[in-house]
Amino acid sequence: MSRQKPKLAVHKFSSCDGCQLALLNLGEPLLQLPALVDIVHFAEAGPSDPAAKVDISLVEGSISTPEDVQRIQQVRENSEILVTVGACATAGGVQALANFANRNDWMSAVYTEPDQIETLQTSNAIADYVKVDWELQGCPINSRQVIGLLRDLLSGVRPREELQPVCMECKRKGLICTLVSLGEPCMGPVTRAGCGALCPAAGRGCYGCYGPAEQVNDASLLQRFSQLGLDRQALARRFHFIVNQAPAFKAAGERLKGGSHDRNA
Amino acid sequence: MNSQDPQVVSRRPGFLTRDALQKFFIVLSQLGYQILGPVVRDGAIQFDTLSTADQLPRGVSNDQQPGHYRLEQGDNQRQFDWNHGPQGLKPLCFSPREVLWTEQSKPPAFNPVPPSIEPTAVIGVRACDLAALAIQDRHFLSGSDPDPHYRQRRESLLLIGVDCARSAATCFCASTGDGPALDGGYDIGMAELDEGFLIWRESDKGRTVIDQLDLLPASDAQLETMLQSTTQASLAQQRSLPDSDELLLLYKRLEHVHWDNVAERCLSCGNCTAVCPTCFCYEASHEMSLDGETAQMIRQWDSCFSSTHSSMGQFQVRSTIKQRYRQWLTHKLAGWQSQQGRIGCIGCGRCITWCPVGIDLTAETVAVLEEGSLDV
Repeated sequence: MSRQKPKLAVHKFSSCDGCQLALLNLGEPLLQLPALVDIVHFAEAGPSDPAAKVDISLVEGSISTPEDVQRIQQVRENSEILVTVGACATAGGVQALANFANRNDWMSAVYTEPDQIETLQTSNAIADYVKVDWELQGCPINSRQVIGLLRDLLSGVRPREELQPVCMECKRKGLICTLVSLGEPCMGPVTRAGCGALCPAAGRGCYGCYGPAEQVNDASLLQRFSQLGLDRQALARRFHFIVNQAPAFKAAGERLKGGSHDRNA
Repeated sequence: MNSQDPQVVSRRPGFLTRDALQKFFIVLSQLGYQILGPVVRDGAIQFDTLSTADQLPRGVSNDQQPGHYRLEQGDNQRQFDWNHGPQGLKPLCFSPREVLWTEQSKPPAFNPVPPSIEPTAVIGVRACDLAALAIQDRHFLSGSDPDPHYRQRRESLLLIGVDCARSAATCFCASTGDGPALDGGYDIGMAELDEGFLIWRESDKGRTVIDQLDLLPASDAQLETMLQSTTQASLAQQRSLPDSDELLLLYKRLEHVHWDNVAERCLSCGNCTAVCPTCFCYEASHEMSLDGETAQMIRQWDSCFSSTHSSMGQFQVRSTIKQRYRQWLTHKLAGWQSQQGRIGCIGCGRCITWCPVGIDLTAETVAVLEEGSLDV
């Protein structure tokens, strides 16, 4: 072989490991992966060399401790291309809900010796600390996204981003709109597609785990959901949920909590 | 008197008792058709394969309002008392998502992926859906290079239409001239009565089926009911669109303040375009295998409400919701007139019902056309 295989690392920060499973669950393509890249660091799968210099780093998890801050700098320095995967790495994750509260109060309420816990006051996206080259949204991401990303990076082309809302996936799958046919509030119209409309397929509204769609009209959604019995604070909590720190969702939730309807405010 | 009515003259229907509907199904099966018909699933009317007439819904009607769809169970025996679910014929011919071809690098080859098709009889098709199908036919089949997948699916269909004996609150087909009575584009026609069906052949393909049914002569009273039903359904419609000429004035209202008003409500989710039986936009893209050795060319429904629809390289032509809604409405109601020879709306009202926030195309159109607000 004239050219060395690109080196791949998978780094984990504060997270549940679910996004790494999207790699391990690739199925048949997983067997093709070692022929395409050298997996030099992927602790969950075996190889462990966290300090290795690599071509591509996939980063799962948010930054929530002082040690994380140091480590992500090193990962950045060692990586030609750094891709964040999942809601934690791209937007702080569900653990960033604590950003809206006083972390010290919560730790005192939960742990007997909170002094022994060394943590930052907030959980943040990787991009808040280092330059990120690409993001895969989703909680968790899925194998189809991973294959698309790796193939595009290996081909040297710009990865394709999913920008349509969940509604388009629902309609293409012939799923019946829960909002219109059941009157169940659904975050699908403001949530980015990619999950395959998992929740609507099970007859319930979307949770918004794939993060903000390209357009987020929270004022109109509030108007509609109010008619269905979901008030402003409840809708704010739906925005401030799994992807609560994504700028569009964070801002929408804050507008709703603060009482401003004006999306242009 | 009734026998002189032009509709009666052209249809010359016979009568089929409700119990004999199963015979109709058997004839269709014997002629090699799979049968697609209405079923109630997940709270909506959807088309699915049927093996017996008993699987048809009974006494089911629909309450459709802006952003609201509910089925209602009545105690009558009618099997076509509903108007429609979110989809008509569109997904049967223009697939929501399909592989057009596959590619491989070793040895280099393009492999067509023809759609899997069998002769299909679709029962319960409405006049509006047939009008929409004619528009889609014009788009996909006219010219020197018809769409092969669309054509194969389209040619496999035997269309069994049903007059609408009632209208939903969101229906306005009478104002676009596309319903509620069947008016061409189908193979076999039906009108539902309390005691059964009037049934007639419209095409030669339909004649083969009808000839095998032992139809009874239709009575004058039954013919009168057939005519009255669609007249009543038409009169009951609460919504309407202005005529084609007036709709062309939309082009003189591009800066109307009402576009901002709609944009405040519109979610840009694309539901209206996905349920619209005439919308035909799609995107095609490659999905490669991880090793790069094989790929699929996938075509799927797109929407003018998505950001990529108007993207050219890194430049997006319509970045705001206002621009996208205005594009959709003006194109559908005005632009299509020169491109397709008629407006792109057939009055089914699905875009109103299935809009999550209940935006009403007929009301928005009137608001934009309102006198005194001309600002260009």
